[in-house]
Amino acid sequence: MAALLENPDLQLAFWAIVKVLVILHAMLGIVSYMIFAERKVAGHMQARTGPNRVGPFGLFQPIADVGKLFFKEEFIPADASKVIFHIAPMLAVIPALVTFVIVPFGPGDAFVGTDLNVGLLLFFAMSSLGVYAITLGGWASNNKYALLGGLRSSAQMISYELAMGLSTIGVLLIAGSLSMVQIVHSQARLMHLGPLAVPAWNIFFQPLAFAIFMITAFAETNRAPFDLPEAEGELVAGFHTEYSSMKFGLFFLGEYMNVISISCIAVTLFLGGWNGPGPQSLGLLWFVLKLGALLFFFIWVRWTFPRLRYDQLMNFGWKVLLPLSLGNVVLTALVVYFTGGRP
Amino acid sequence: MTPYLFIGFAALLVTSSLLVILHRNPVTSALFLVLAFCSLAGIYLLLQAEFVGMVQIIVYAGAIMVLFLFVIMYLNLSHDIESGVQIALRRGTGWLVGAVVVAEGLALVGRHWFPGPFLEAIPGPRVGNTQQIGQALYTRYLFPFEITSMLLLVAMVGLIVIAKGRTAPPAAGDSGGPR
Repeated sequence: MAALLENPDLQLAFWAIVKVLVILHAMLGIVSYMIFAERKVAGHMQARTGPNRVGPFGLFQPIADVGKLFFKEEFIPADASKVIFHIAPMLAVIPALVTFVIVPFGPGDAFVGTDLNVGLLLFFAMSSLGVYAITLGGWASNNKYALLGGLRSSAQMISYELAMGLSTIGVLLIAGSLSMVQIVHSQARLMHLGPLAVPAWNIFFQPLAFAIFMITAFAETNRAPFDLPEAEGELVAGFHTEYSSMKFGLFFLGEYMNVISISCIAVTLFLGGWNGPGPQSLGLLWFVLKLGALLFFFIWVRWTFPRLRYDQLMNFGWKVLLPLSLGNVVLTALVVYFTGGRP
Repeated sequence: MTPYLFIGFAALLVTSSLLVILHRNPVTSALFLVLAFCSLAGIYLLLQAEFVGMVQIIVYAGAIMVLFLFVIMYLNLSHDIESGVQIALRRGTGWLVGAVVVAEGLALVGRHWFPGPFLEAIPGPRVGNTQQIGQALYTRYLFPFEITSMLLLVAMVGLIVIAKGRTAPPAAGDSGGPR
């Protein structure tokens, strides 16, 4: 028994499972309260109060929502391709969840799933797999609106993925590493601009890259103003028209998981990760605060801007964002080359 | 643990690759191809080639497979009826190429050029192989690398010419609207 407990493989597996469970449950909690926050913020932006009946201030609303989703009738269209129809909602959640493995939530090994030395590439691999859920969901439903939504979404996500990838290269050049932990460490110092001490976060070196990353993040997560795959005025509900009950719930969950994971990546790449004033033990708190600010930004934008037209979306992605991010890469590379590392 | 993981990934890879060619529905075949690419990426990870593994998913499973799915969906291959001669020709070529590949594999294994699956990994320097690949690409293999990118550029320009060149420009005064 003692030998079994000291087996390094088993210890590795045990801690991996513990971390996975903690991250999974924390994220499920954040998702349900982000949805609640979204409804509240939307309500106040439209001069309403939002949900306020279930529990104090409506705080138990997420539980009621999930309960309702579970008890809904599950409906599968007669001509749908059954297996793919079932797999698509799972594919919507899994890549979004896997991304959290590389996010350093705080200082030290305990707060990061694994310090992969190609961490950022894992994020891009997972976001390129995320396209499948929506495309397949739309295709398997055997519904014209769903198919149109799915195809729109795949075209949109492929187009914006390029600009997103290029916008992070500036950060990689400054940090000199693909590991998320290394990227956070590279932002740990303070810059002294005269009497002012400013943290050396990448947002100050790469403001353009941060702007491009956030815009493409909206497009990748199919959030307004880029929510064309589910434009209800023209496509009923887009790719999830035929989905009901918890299958719809999984698509919904996947969308919000994606928002959270992409915000975690943005915090890590551009906002200094867990760095902040005070002792290192406050790292997790700083991370959560920055994450909360970005999530609020996502909600704020959704209820402020109207949806883009499809040709505007494509023109913007290919003719504006892509050249800008390429220019940013060239400029950053030149600066890093001539200053020998740190800008 | 590594041998067990290798067996798992390898079994998944072989099964899904077989299903790619054996399954009747082209969309399902394409999905099994994605699974095959992902399990191949897993094997790369076991070989400590993290960069190659991730790029395998990003490039093959992500980008190419989406385009492949587009083609399958638009062509609607399940209703594509071909004449017997074409099928016979294709099957014949398939068997021929397959036989050659199997013969090659047998020859390689027979002469012990592959030492077997459970070779100990050679520990490389722990700087991460992204850096090493980058340095190799931009110094030793710079010329082939640039030639490849030129090739892709030519293909891209050609595609745009084919897509746009044939349509005549609208005549003067033609609003292009319905008549």
